[in-house]
This record gives sequence, structure tokens and C-alpha cells, in this order.
Amino acid sequence: MTRTREPESKSKTSSPSSSSTGMKLIVPLQGVVQGRGGILLGSLIPCALFYFFQLYLKKRRRSNDKHPSSNPPSPSSSFPELPRTPSRSNLSSRGSLTGVRLSRLATTISDDDSAYYVGLNRASRDPYHKLTNPDGIIQLGLSDNTLSLDLIGDWMRKWGSGGDDGLSINGIATYQAFDGVDELKLALSDFMHQVMGGSVHFDTSNMVLTAGATPAIEILSFCLADHGNAFLVPTPYYPGFDRDVKWRPGVDLIPVHCRSADNFNLSMTALEQAYSQARKRGVKVRGILVSNPSNPVGNMLTQDMLYNLIDFAEDKNIHLIVDEVFAGSTYGSEKFVSVAEILESDSEYIDNRRIHIIYGLSKDLALAGFRVGVIYSFNKNVLATARKLCRFSSISAPTQRLVTSMLSDKKFIQDYFETNRNRMRQVHHEFVDALSKIGIKCAKSSGGMFCWADMSGLIKPYSEKGELELWEKFMSIAKINITPGSACHCIEPGWFRICFTTMSLEEIPLVIERIRRVVEVCKSSS
Amino acid sequence: MGIEIEKPCVVELSNIAVSNTHGEDSPYFAGWKAYDENPYDELTNPSGVIQMGLAENQVSFDLLERYLEEHSEATTWGKGVRNSSFRDNALFQDYHGLHSFRAAMASFMEQIRGERAKFEPDRLVITAGATAANELLTFILANPGDALLVPTPYYPGFDRDLRWRTGVKIVPIHCDSSNNFQITPEALEGAYKEAESMNTKVRGVLITNPSNPLGATIERSVLEQILEFVTRKNIHLVSDEIYSGSVFSPSEFVSVAEILEARNYKDAERVHIVYSLSKDLGLPGFRVGTIYSYNDKVVTTARRMSSFTLISSQTQHLLASMLSDKDFTELYIRTNRERLRKRYEMIIEGLRSNGIECLKGNGGLFCWMNMSPLLEKATKEGELKLWNAIIHQVKLNISPGSSCHCSEPGWFRVCFANMSENTLQVALERIRNFVDKIRTHTLTAGSN
Repeated sequence: MTRTREPESKSKTSSPSSSSTGMKLIVPLQGVVQGRGGILLGSLIPCALFYFFQLYLKKRRRSNDKHPSSNPPSPSSSFPELPRTPSRSNLSSRGSLTGVRLSRLATTISDDDSAYYVGLNRASRDPYHKLTNPDGIIQLGLSDNTLSLDLIGDWMRKWGSGGDDGLSINGIATYQAFDGVDELKLALSDFMHQVMGGSVHFDTSNMVLTAGATPAIEILSFCLADHGNAFLVPTPYYPGFDRDVKWRPGVDLIPVHCRSADNFNLSMTALEQAYSQARKRGVKVRGILVSNPSNPVGNMLTQDMLYNLIDFAEDKNIHLIVDEVFAGSTYGSEKFVSVAEILESDSEYIDNRRIHIIYGLSKDLALAGFRVGVIYSFNKNVLATARKLCRFSSISAPTQRLVTSMLSDKKFIQDYFETNRNRMRQVHHEFVDALSKIGIKCAKSSGGMFCWADMSGLIKPYSEKGELELWEKFMSIAKINITPGSACHCIEPGWFRICFTTMSLEEIPLVIERIRRVVEVCKSSS
Repeated sequence: MGIEIEKPCVVELSNIAVSNTHGEDSPYFAGWKAYDENPYDELTNPSGVIQMGLAENQVSFDLLERYLEEHSEATTWGKGVRNSSFRDNALFQDYHGLHSFRAAMASFMEQIRGERAKFEPDRLVITAGATAANELLTFILANPGDALLVPTPYYPGFDRDLRWRTGVKIVPIHCDSSNNFQITPEALEGAYKEAESMNTKVRGVLITNPSNPLGATIERSVLEQILEFVTRKNIHLVSDEIYSGSVFSPSEFVSVAEILEARNYKDAERVHIVYSLSKDLGLPGFRVGTIYSYNDKVVTTARRMSSFTLISSQTQHLLASMLSDKDFTELYIRTNRERLRKRYEMIIEGLRSNGIECLKGNGGLFCWMNMSPLLEKATKEGELKLWNAIIHQVKLNISPGSSCHCSEPGWFRVCFANMSENTLQVALERIRNFVDKIRTHTLTAGSN
């Protein structure tokens, strides 16, 4: 008796049920052949079999494509191939029918092929270099800031190796407090005070330090919500939130759509609506997650808006998380207002135990590689739990020492901020100007490291499909990696995030020229 | 003046925040409190509590210090910081980790195993410590509600690392002193059946080799039996080898990597190794851990997940330099092993002269001490009573076997590498006095 191949949802080939299922399929076929009833079944079943077989083959092909000769994909351009040994065939490129299984979460993660990650991968496999690879892909999809890295480099050269005494590991080799050493907390508290406008005092006992802002967001999610709960988040939002909040904490993100007509500013009506719709669906909303300055739009929350959010959180008895990683990266005329400032000035009327701030040095100080993040909360229980959880994501001790040293050099920090702000303002102004000259308008922004560009006129159809086709054009024709709005869950198709802080003034014309190529192509085909 | 009563906080926190699955209420951690409140210091507090509950390696710290003094280029950012090396390093947040660092780690791991196994740098995933590595692997290999089988006694931290955020259960593989706590096929089957009876899906076996708290390596034949078991059940094997460089005699450590290589990597896709520099290199503050997996999908997924637990690029840069210096690593590994062996012999001898036997160990930073003859009652309560006395009267923080889920009461883990030789002598002296007192008391009591 031939055994029918089950679709991939059945992982065990040896289960006894498959043979009886086989029988259930064979018998009606026999019925058809012998002319008894079952004509319907007789035609349906082979079709169903054929369909499932195709599905199985397709999945098999896809899983083989994902594991071409067992090499994991890599963004590094110098990534060597995994060595081919005869044993290779025994390693895991087999389909899951016979191999050992991974968790559902692992499958979700390895299947994640959002444009954000795909773009980053492709760009790093063919990276642009002025001299060695002038036709490579220019990376404008990662919000890094290289505009003032020379200043950091100079400081590192002078002081980064511990000065004349050299790097000592005395006192830093052994286990440190997982939530960060006091010296660094103090230095960060001072730094944040400066960055957030010089009016807020940050108490070190309200701080938990983490290896970057990424785990900070994840840890807060674990503290504030259970698996299956949700946060409300205004769109468009930073694609990384999907990873940080959903993957392991299992907290859902409910989008609160913002519109270009409002310059993508949050509307309280939309927030209310999203909240009540979630309630109707039986979803427990535990908090609101916002970024300020916002990623990807680059606009800032006004003081009024912050008050509205606080009132809303109070009214619904939920948390408010404000990601302020770009607080020091502002270039516009608006003044940045941290939610901490409001809490400090109105401490008697607001219960600050529902408000939590995320910060880090990856953006404002361009130290993404060093992994320095902060959870700032007034909630003793949140802090206690976060302190236990951050043992999974602690900052390396030598780096804590190095960064403390850098932050304590007040003159350097001052210089860095002034210079960086000027350079950002310049590049932003030039770039937005040049974009508008080729017909691309950007949303009004005053902070962050990107322009939120309206390319809706170039896409056809006016849909996510059209947007992704344009994104592909940018990647293959213009050879620049920018982030499509759909990866940021933007409700209006055609918007793209373009980071401008990895471009020097001199490189702007080159980038514009490449963008123009695509604009021409789109115009000529319409 | 009234006492300010804080208004109860109305907004709710998560179940994880309010649960105690972090296990930090166990005696393992409670003993530390006694130490924190009254820590021993040779000069300033000679009657304080001596910390023997922390598996930290300080015996070879001088080697590291000397290396860094003599090789300042390891800590600088290369010739002139204006070149791309610094630029790339400071920004470098690529979750692959610096290739030079991974290559250096792979080579270090090979050296520890006497070049009997090969490690490909591209199969190494970096994490901020082995704690994160074990948790991350658990997220990848098991669903919430599933189980990992772990031989007892085991490192108390596993209760937190493997279970807390993951929702995965630990089902113990019971081992006892009748065969020196070795894992047997019967015990493996027994644990598997126990899980089945609870309707729990077993996803893998997690072993620590050399074992914490036993301080002993797992024999080759046992490793082969474990491999056969996981292959038959089609589950994973995680081998936590963070003490592999702390085995006193290099020939006595067999890594699962060697066995796999010898059989041409057959069935290797279910095996994953965890390593870290916290124990062998005595650098727990640096937060350096790795996952080595023979399973491509695990490597890819673990890499993406490692975004939550990356190692600072500065640290990677520093260690890449140090660990690729083969002369240094060879000297370090050799010297470290020798010093640890000496310490071990010192404590074993010291305990034996007081009539206290330990499990025959051959690696790690601790010994597994048998104090069952001193128990009033051979129960968990009896053990905790003795432990309390040791903490508060003898003023030594050691770890009771019950916190390691040991099925036999009376065993204790005693760390010996996080103190000077003098301090160790002081500890042994205190134990001698304590044991004498008990014995005299028993004799006196018995003679009535």
C-alpha cells in the first residue's frame, strides 16, 4: 500500500495515524474506481493530495533555499563559507520531517524576512566604499551616526586605553552588579541631565543599566505585561519594536495609525479608538509605547501631548513607556521635552510609577558597539524585577569603566554635542533640500537621524506591493538601502525612512544622483 | 511627625515580575546575604564570613594583568584611530560579533581540548555571559511548558536561567553517590518517563561538563550513552562546558565535540555547546559567553536573538587580541590548571584530615563535600540545620546540596578559587574547630 506523504505539519513519519489516514484516502478512491458513490470524493481527494504534495515540495524547496549548503546567511561581506566536509550532509539542512525540532519561537524568528532585515543583509554583503567598491550598496537603513565619530575617535586615542597607566583590569574582572556599576550610573545620570535640556534630575537608584536599549525594551516588556497582552504603539514605528516586544515577551503591538495630514502626529482620538477596539476584542492592553523623538518620522511630542498621554495612561490604569534614545540628536528649532521633565515639575499630581523611560548611548553618542542602555523607572517593583532580569544583558565591565571616563569628560561631551548638532543640522538641511529639488518631500522633523520621505507619487499601484517594488528598485537600481514604510507599519503606502547621519556633506550629491535614477525610471514607466 | 504611608501602586505588573521562579529566595542566595552583611577580610575583618559559595577564579589573575601590561596594543584601537578599525569597532553592533573575536574564541576552545576538536568561528554565537547563552538556547529549543532534563545535583542558577522567562520546566535526572553521581541510562529513561507522566514534552538534555557542583568530568562512555539517548528520543543535547579549561589534567576532559568529530558529525545537529570566559579566564565582569551549535537553524536563530545580549565591541576587540596570542593562552591554560589542582589538593587534604570526605573531583572551582556523617537527621531539614550552623557559627558561606536539588542530604559545594591560600587555610582551620566541637559534643552526649 502506498503511503501518502503528509504535509509538513506532521513531523513524525512513523506515527501510526498516517497509515490509517492513508487507508481513509485510498478507500474512497477504490469506491470511485468501482463506480460506487464518491465521485466527489474521488475528484476532491486526488486534487487535495496534489495540492498538499505541491505545498510540501514548495516548503521543502524554501527550506533548502534558506539553508544553501548549510550556510547561515550573513551580513558581513567577508563572511567565509562554512567548510564543506563529507559530514555536511548530516547537518541540519534536512527538512523538519526527520530532523530534531526547534521551538515555535525559533521558527518565527528564523522565518522573519521583513524588509528591514533583508535590506540590512543585502547592503552589508555589497557595501559601498568610496575607493574599493564605489558601486556598492549605500547603507541608509541603519540609524547610526558617523558624522562626529572623528571626535570620539580622537578621545579614544588619547584616553581610551587608560591613558599613561594603560588599561587595568583591577576591580573589573570579577562579578559586578548586574544592573551597572555606580560610577557609570552617576555619569549617565549627569549625561542624561545635560541631554534632556538641563532641567531634570535623574536619580541613580531609579536606573537599571542594560547591554543596549534593545534589551531594555525587552526587559520592560517582561515586567509590565504578560504573554498575550498588548501595548498600543503609534505608527509608523521602529521595526525593532516588533522584535523587542513580541518575540520573547510575547506582548502584541496594537498600531495606532497616524496620518500624513497630521504630519504623523498622534491623535488622542485614534488612541482612544484603538484602545476600545482592543478591549472589545478581549485584548488586555497594558501600556502605551512611544518614541520621542520619534523613529522613523523624527517629530517630537509636545508638552501638551505628553500630558495627554499621561492622563490617558492614568485613566486606563496602564503603563507609559517613552523611548527617548534620540533625545540628544535633535537639530530643529523645537526644544526636546522629556517625560521626566513633566514628572519632575508635576510630581504631586501624577503617579509616576506607571511611567518608564528607555535611554542609551547608541544614538546620541554613536557608541552602538559598546552596548549601553538604561531603564529609568520610578516603580520600585519594576526596578527590582528589572535588576534581576538584566543579568542576561549586562554591560561588559571594561566598557563601563571606559564610558564612565568618557562621560565624565564634561568638556569633551559639550564639544561633541555642539559639533554634532551643527553637523546634523547641516546635513539634514542640505539633504532634505536636495530631495525636494528632485520632487521628494519629507515630513517635518526636528530630531532623530532620518528623513521620512514621501515617495507615494512614485509607486504603482498605491499599495504595499507597489511600495515594496519601489524598495526593490532602490536596492537594485539605485543601490541604496532605505527602509520602506510598511516595515514600520505605516498605514499610508509610499513613505520611506532614509538615514542621513552616515552621509557626509560631500556624499549627498552622490546619494541624490542615485535616488534620481530611480525617480527617472518610475516617471518613465508611468 | 507621621510616617509617610506610600499609596498602593494601582498599575499592575506582569506575572513574571511577581513570580518567584527566579529562585532567588533559595538558600543558595540567602547565604550570600550573611556574607554581604559581614564579609571576611584578612586584615580588617578576620572574623567575618568567608565566601565559599561563589565560583569565581582568582588564582590566575596575575597572568592576565601581566599580559595586558606587556601588550598595550591589545587595548588600543590599532595604529591611529582615524583608520576604519576604530570606526567599525565603535559602531559595530552586528550580532555576528567581530570575526577576529570569534576566531580567537574558537581557537581557545580548541586549545583547551588539546586540539582534539575543531570549532568553526562562524558557528559561534556571542552572548553576554553563559547565563544568557543557556537561556537563549532554551528559548530556541523548547516551547513554554516543555521540559529539559538536567542531571542532579545541578547549578542552582539553572532554575532561573532555564525556566523563568522561558516558561520551560526542568525535570531532574536523578544521580546519587552510589556511583559517584554519574548519569546512567536508567536515570535518563526514568526522567523521560517522569516527564511523560506529567504530559510534558521533553525537548532536550542539558549537562554541565565538568559538572557544577560535582567538580568532576563526565566519562566518555557516559557521554556516548547520553548521545545515544538523545538521538533515540530525537531531542537536543546542550553541553555546558564553561569549566572545561579548569580541569586539572587535560587528558581527563572529553568534550562532546570530540566524540562528534570522531564520528564525522553524525547526528550532530542536535548538539549545542555553551562556553564562557567567566570561569576559566576569571573574567565574569566582562560578560563573555558563546553558543556553539552544529545546527544551522539554531545558529541563525540564536544570532538574531543575541541582539538582546551582545558583547561590547571594545571587549571583543581586547579579547580577540589576547586569545589569539597562542603563547599566552598556552601558558595561561597550563598554569591555571596547575594552580587549581594545587588548591584542590590543599582543600581535600585539609578536609580529609578532619575526617571529611569529598567526591573525587578533577576540575572546576569547587569540591563536593560529604558532611552527611555530621547530620543530626539525614533529611533536607537536617542539612539546612547544619548549613545554618556553618554560616552563622563557622562563618563560611557554602552551598547546601538541597539548593542544587541533590537527592541525598548532607552534601555541600565548597568553592576554593576565589580567595588567597591564607584565607583557605583560615577556612580549613574553622572547619577543624567546628568538626572537633561536634565530635566532642557527640562523645559527651553519648557518654551520659
